[in-house]
Amino acid sequence: MTRTLRALLGACAVGALSTAAMAETTITVATVNNGDMVRMQGLMDDFYAKHPDIKVEWVTLEENVLRQNVTTDIATGGGQYDVITIGTYEVPIWGRQGWLVSLNDLPAEYDVDDLLPAIRGGLTVDGNLYAAPFYGESSMVMYRTDLMEAAGLTMPDAPTWADIEKAAAAMTDKSKEQYGICLRGKAGWGENMAFLTAMSNSFGARWFDENWMPQFDQPEWKATLDFYLNLMNNYGPPGASNNGFNENLTLFQQGKCGMWIDATVAASFVTNPNDSSVADKVGFALAPDNGLGKRANWLWAWSLAIPSSSDAQDAAKTFINWATNKDYLALVASKEGWANVPPGTRTSLYENPEYAKVPFAKMTLDSINAADPNNPTVKPVPYVGVQFVAIPEFQGIGTTVGEIFSAALAGQKTADQALAEAQAAVLEEMKASGYIQ
Amino acid sequence: MARAHSTRRKVVTTIAAWGVALTIFFPVLWMILTSFKTEASAVAMPPQFLSADWTLENYATVWARSDYPRFFWNSVVIAVGSTLLGLAVAIPAAWAMAFVPGRRTRDLLMWMLSTKMMPAVAVMIPLYLLFLRFGLLDTRIGLVLVLMLMNLPIIVWMLYTYFKEIPGEILEAARMDGASLWNEIVYVLTPMALPGIASTMLLNIILAWNEAFWTIVLTTTKAAPLSAFIASFSAPQGLFYAKLSAASAMAILPILIMGWFSQKQLVRGLTFGAVK
Repeated sequence: MTRTLRALLGACAVGALSTAAMAETTITVATVNNGDMVRMQGLMDDFYAKHPDIKVEWVTLEENVLRQNVTTDIATGGGQYDVITIGTYEVPIWGRQGWLVSLNDLPAEYDVDDLLPAIRGGLTVDGNLYAAPFYGESSMVMYRTDLMEAAGLTMPDAPTWADIEKAAAAMTDKSKEQYGICLRGKAGWGENMAFLTAMSNSFGARWFDENWMPQFDQPEWKATLDFYLNLMNNYGPPGASNNGFNENLTLFQQGKCGMWIDATVAASFVTNPNDSSVADKVGFALAPDNGLGKRANWLWAWSLAIPSSSDAQDAAKTFINWATNKDYLALVASKEGWANVPPGTRTSLYENPEYAKVPFAKMTLDSINAADPNNPTVKPVPYVGVQFVAIPEFQGIGTTVGEIFSAALAGQKTADQALAEAQAAVLEEMKASGYIQ
Repeated sequence: MARAHSTRRKVVTTIAAWGVALTIFFPVLWMILTSFKTEASAVAMPPQFLSADWTLENYATVWARSDYPRFFWNSVVIAVGSTLLGLAVAIPAAWAMAFVPGRRTRDLLMWMLSTKMMPAVAVMIPLYLLFLRFGLLDTRIGLVLVLMLMNLPIIVWMLYTYFKEIPGEILEAARMDGASLWNEIVYVLTPMALPGIASTMLLNIILAWNEAFWTIVLTTTKAAPLSAFIASFSAPQGLFYAKLSAASAMAILPILIMGWFSQKQLVRGLTFGAVK
C-alpha cells in the first residue's frame, strides 16, 4: 500500500468517525395548532442550544386529522412520528394497547410528583405514565360582571344550576341580541357531548352502569337534557345547535353572551383586549353543581407521548423532558410573561407568587382539582373519563348521541324522543362491540 | 321587434351568467378579503366589508411560521409529475380504446370510472401499509404515483372522448405511408389532439393541486404539499379565521393564476362533446 493511499484511507476513517460523533437525530413532532404549541415552536433555539445533536421537524394538523393520521401510523407500525400530541381520551386506550412508550424513566429533574394529581391520574395506566402533560384545562363559568351588576345579582364562586338559570333569565334581552347563556350545541363527541356529559355528571347521570348498560332511559339524563334544552331555548342565542367553542367565543367576545360555560383556556381569549370587546368585564366561577357532590366541569390535557413505533425514542424523551419540565415554564415566563405560560400541569406553577397574580389562575386550578377522571360520576361507573368514556367506541357513539341531542336543541325532536333514540343507538353499539352479551 | 326580443334575452342571459359566476366566486373573494382583516374583524357580526381593520399581518405571520416555498415546491412536483405520468400511461390506453376497440372496451371504461366511486378512506390502511413496505411514506414519488392512479380514469376518459373525434382515416393514411405505431401516436395523433391533451393536463394539475386526503395522510414533513400547509392553520380553540384565509389564499393563488391564463383551453376541454 502506498503512503498516499494509506493517508487517504486514514483521512476517510477520521472523517467517518467525526461524522458519527456529529450525527444528528431528527425527530418528527406531530401537534395541533394552538397558542401554546405555536409558542413552543418559537422557543426552539433554547432546545437546540442544549441539544445540538437533535433536530426537530414539526407536523401541525387539525385535531381530528391528527388523530386519524397518528392512529393509522401507530396501528400499522409506520414510525412516521416520534412525538405525538395526544388528548386525555386517547392515553388510557392507547397505553393499554401497548401503542405508547412508558415515560416512567424520565430523569429525576423532571419531578413527576410535581404534576397535578388529577392530570397525572388521567395519563397513567397500571402505574405507567404514558404521556407528559403540556397544558391542562378544565371548564368553568365565564360571566359578564357588568350585566350581573345591572341585574342586581352576584355570581357565587361555586354556583348551582339554579343560580345559573336565575342569572341567565335576568341577563337576557333578546331585543338587544343579548342572551343570558351560550353553551355548546354543535354535534360531536368533543363538542356538545363534552359539555353535556360533564353537565350530566352534576345531575347524577352516567353513560353506563357497572355492566355497561346505557343509562339514557334513567331520570338523571332526562333531568339533564330537559334543563339544558329549557335553558338554551329560553335564554340562549338563535341557531345554538351550530355553536361549538369557536362560535361561542366569538359571541362572547362581541358582548352577546351573559354567561358562557366552557374550557378554562378561553379565559385568556375573552380577557384579551385586542380581540374581545368585553375584556375588562369578565368574571369567573366554578362550573355549576346540583348539590350532589359533582360539578359540571371536565378535565382535558394536551400531552406529549412517544409512539412505540418510533425509532428515535431516546431523542424523543429528551425533547419531551425539555418541553414539559419546570424550566420550560420559566423560559416562557421570561420571554412572554406569566399569563402565557402553559397552564394546568404543575403544582409548583400555582405556588409561584408571580403566577398567582394572573386573574384566572386560581379558578383554573380549582376547576382542575374538582374533576376526577377515575371517579367522574355520583354513581359508580366501569369507565375512566369525565366528559368522555375512555373506550375506543366512544368517538362513534359520542358523535351519534351528539347528533341526536343537537337535533333536539334545533327543535327537530323532543327530549324524550332524543333520549329514547340515544338509548337504542348506544345499546346496539355496545351489544355489537361485545360489552353486553 | 325580433331584434328587441333578442337584445332583451341577451341582457337577461348576461345578468344571469354574472349572477351565477359571482355566486360561485363569492366564497373565494370573501376568503381573500378575510385574509386582510384582523382576527376580530374577520368574525365580526354583522360581517364587515369596507369598515374592517385591514392588515397584512396575517400573511407575515403565516410566512414566518411555515416554510411556504417547500410546501409550494412539493405541490408543483406532485401535481405536474402525477399529470405527466398519467398522460404517458393514458395516451396509449385512450388510443387503443378509441381506434382499436375490443368487445369489452365500453365495459372497461365504465369499470375504470367505477373506481372513482369508492370512498378513498376505504383503502387507506391497505395503501398505507403498501407505502410503508415500499418506503414510499412521505416521499414525492409516492404521492405522484397515488395521485396519478387516482386521476387516471378521468385522464383516460377525457382523452378517449377527444381521440374519438379524430378521423381514423388520417391515422390509417399515416400507417399506409409506413409510420410505426410509435410514430403514429407521437407525430400524427398527439399534434392533432394537442388542445385536448392540454386541457386534460390543466384540469388534472388542478385536481392534483387541490387533493387533500392522500396528500395529508401519506406525508409528514418532507413531501407535504400546500394542502398540509393549509391544514396546519386550522385550530380547535381560538380565533384563526384570518390566518387560515391568508394560508388558503397563498395556497390557491398559483393555481388561480394558472387557471386564469388557461381558461380558454379549460372550458374547451370541459365542454368538449357536450353539444353534438
